[in-house]
Amino acid sequence: MITLSHYLVLSAILFTIGVTGVLMRKNVIIILLSIELMLTAVNINFIAFSHYMQNPDGQVFVFFVMTIAAAEATLGLAIIVALFRNLETVNVDEINQMKG
Amino acid sequence: MTDAIVLVPLFPLLAVLANLTFGRRLSEAKVGIMASGALGASFLASIISVVGLVRMESGNRVVEMVLYEWIGSGTFSADIGFLLDPLSAVMILVVTGVGFLIHVYSVGYMHNDPGFARYFLYLNLFVFAMLLLVLGNSYLLLFIGWEGVGLCSYLLIGFWYHKDSAADAGKKAFIVNRIGDFGFMLGMLFIAVTFGTLNFTKVFAEAPHVFESGQGMVVLITLLLFVGACGKSAQLPLHVWLPDAMEGPTPVSALIHAATMVTAGVYMVARSHVLFDLAPATLLTVAIVGTLTALFAGTIALVQNDIKRVLAYSTVSQLGYMFLALGVGAYTAAIFHLMTHAFFKALLFLGAGSVIHALSDEQDIRKMGGLRKIMPTTYRTFVIASLAIAGIPPLAGFMSKDEILYSAFNSTHPGGAGILLWLVGILTAFMTAFYMFRLVFKTFHGESRMDPEVEKHAHESPRLITAPLTILAFLSAVGGFLGIPIFLKANVMHNWLGPVFEAAAEYGHDTAEAVHSLGTELGLMGLSVLVATGGILLALTLILRRPNITEEIRSDFSFLYDLFLNKWWVDELYDIVVVNPLRKISGMFWTEIDGKGIDGTLHGIGRSALRSGGLLSKLQTGFVQNYALSMAAGLVLMLIWVLF
Repeated sequence: MITLSHYLVLSAILFTIGVTGVLMRKNVIIILLSIELMLTAVNINFIAFSHYMQNPDGQVFVFFVMTIAAAEATLGLAIIVALFRNLETVNVDEINQMKG
Repeated sequence: MTDAIVLVPLFPLLAVLANLTFGRRLSEAKVGIMASGALGASFLASIISVVGLVRMESGNRVVEMVLYEWIGSGTFSADIGFLLDPLSAVMILVVTGVGFLIHVYSVGYMHNDPGFARYFLYLNLFVFAMLLLVLGNSYLLLFIGWEGVGLCSYLLIGFWYHKDSAADAGKKAFIVNRIGDFGFMLGMLFIAVTFGTLNFTKVFAEAPHVFESGQGMVVLITLLLFVGACGKSAQLPLHVWLPDAMEGPTPVSALIHAATMVTAGVYMVARSHVLFDLAPATLLTVAIVGTLTALFAGTIALVQNDIKRVLAYSTVSQLGYMFLALGVGAYTAAIFHLMTHAFFKALLFLGAGSVIHALSDEQDIRKMGGLRKIMPTTYRTFVIASLAIAGIPPLAGFMSKDEILYSAFNSTHPGGAGILLWLVGILTAFMTAFYMFRLVFKTFHGESRMDPEVEKHAHESPRLITAPLTILAFLSAVGGFLGIPIFLKANVMHNWLGPVFEAAAEYGHDTAEAVHSLGTELGLMGLSVLVATGGILLALTLILRRPNITEEIRSDFSFLYDLFLNKWWVDELYDIVVVNPLRKISGMFWTEIDGKGIDGTLHGIGRSALRSGGLLSKLQTGFVQNYALSMAAGLVLMLIWVLF
């Protein structure tokens, strides 16, 4: 029997992988993917709670999140393309033009 | 008719405004006519208003004319108003009359000067300020005129501002005057605090009821006023500006530094005589300072070689006489001497100007001599003025100076001070006669010591210059008859000014005029004539008969000679005691306090902001992941905070 805890643990693991990816990986594209991973973890939480509480609101939220994630991915990729055109790199260690 | 006093200062003011707006575009002749004409008109207006005053009943001759309320603040108010009484009547006649002659003379003297229009602008402004000073009906208005003449003297002394010495002399005059003004202003504030008004009539009416004779407050007020008078009238120790003021054009010296501005202090003390009468201690101070100044300046004048410098110290000395007269309560004598001195000293300066003009700006009397034949008119008028200032009867100077000495002799100051003052006075009279005739003999008599080049161009001055000289010579000769001593009934000055000063006499101590003994007066008179003649004869023997005398005296009395020649080293003393320490302290304030202290603090604040900003900016690495890490860490911390 799969309980709510299973889902939540899975979601937590996915989220942690996402956060770690954002913080540790150097490739901007991977970082973007890691953000998607974090969003997926959130979505799993929503669906799990929706199922166990017998309330469809959570599933509606997931649709919103997925839509926004698609838009965000588009924008993010566009930014990365622009970045690459200007700096000829997608390595975040080399992107520090905002240094004070 | 007395309403015409409004016109008296108005004409010069209008001339100033006209000159200011389009003076530069006018020709010399037009500027000259406008400026002199304004003074002439002002003189006529003065005569008209004084005639109106004469027609009034004696003892009742006071006209106060308030134009409008200038300042109204709580209980204090100050008006713009004019006060015409016998005292200011004498002053406006002298100022406009002598002023007019000097204006006419200036037209000739300043011919072809590039600053012609500017010169007359200042001259008119000066006369306007002086008229405001003598006509104002309150200390406040007097103070405005007082500052006005101070400003104009600065502008006129520094008229040739491209010369460093002239610019310095202008500054010196202004700064030294400011010291005196400070005292005057304090005195004025004390009056305002005590009486709640600055109006002459009100202050003088209340003063005898407010103050006991010799009370601390009235002594303080009068001493402060006297400090102001010292500055403006070049008395010890604030006399240093006047001799340097010779840097200005010569007619300016005649106008400002002989006839009008320096008399402002005398006028102010005479005007405030009610207060001074209540403070015998101040009067004694005034007398002593005046006498010392007379003696001190006289000794310096003995050995100076610059024609204008001799006259300048002579002015200081004569002003000392006036203050001596004020100090012994002989206000009439002071004003009388002020008037006669205005005549002959203006004449002397204008004569000196004529000489300087003829000799291509040569001022050293060692390089003159024998001018008698070349410049007969200048010579004759100069001799008349010299006789007048030396005190030879019946010229003007004799009448007024003798009256002062007589008043000093009879003064009621304690401890035989009167006799001492008189002794010093008569000694100074001797010196006056000597140095004036030393000047006459060195300039006009003897062999010519001029440069041949200069001598070739030497000539008598044009009519525009000699005409005022002649008129002033006439006044110097007969002006004294307004105040013939002995015959008090025929003494116009006494009858005219008496009522002004008498009102106070009943409250104050006995004025010198009260005691009158014919025998003493005749004796003293004879003595002073003798002394004056002696001075002239000594000058004749020393200067003409033995021209090398200067060298001999110099070797015999080298210390005294150096002392007098270097003006008692007063300037040097001031340099050591005041100027240099002030410079040093200012320098210290500049580099240490301002540069390091204030600027350092401000720069420090800016720099510390920069530095701390620099430190904080190290947090901004520009690496997105660093920011993301701190966000995540923050979130975790917040979670821990919320959950536990």
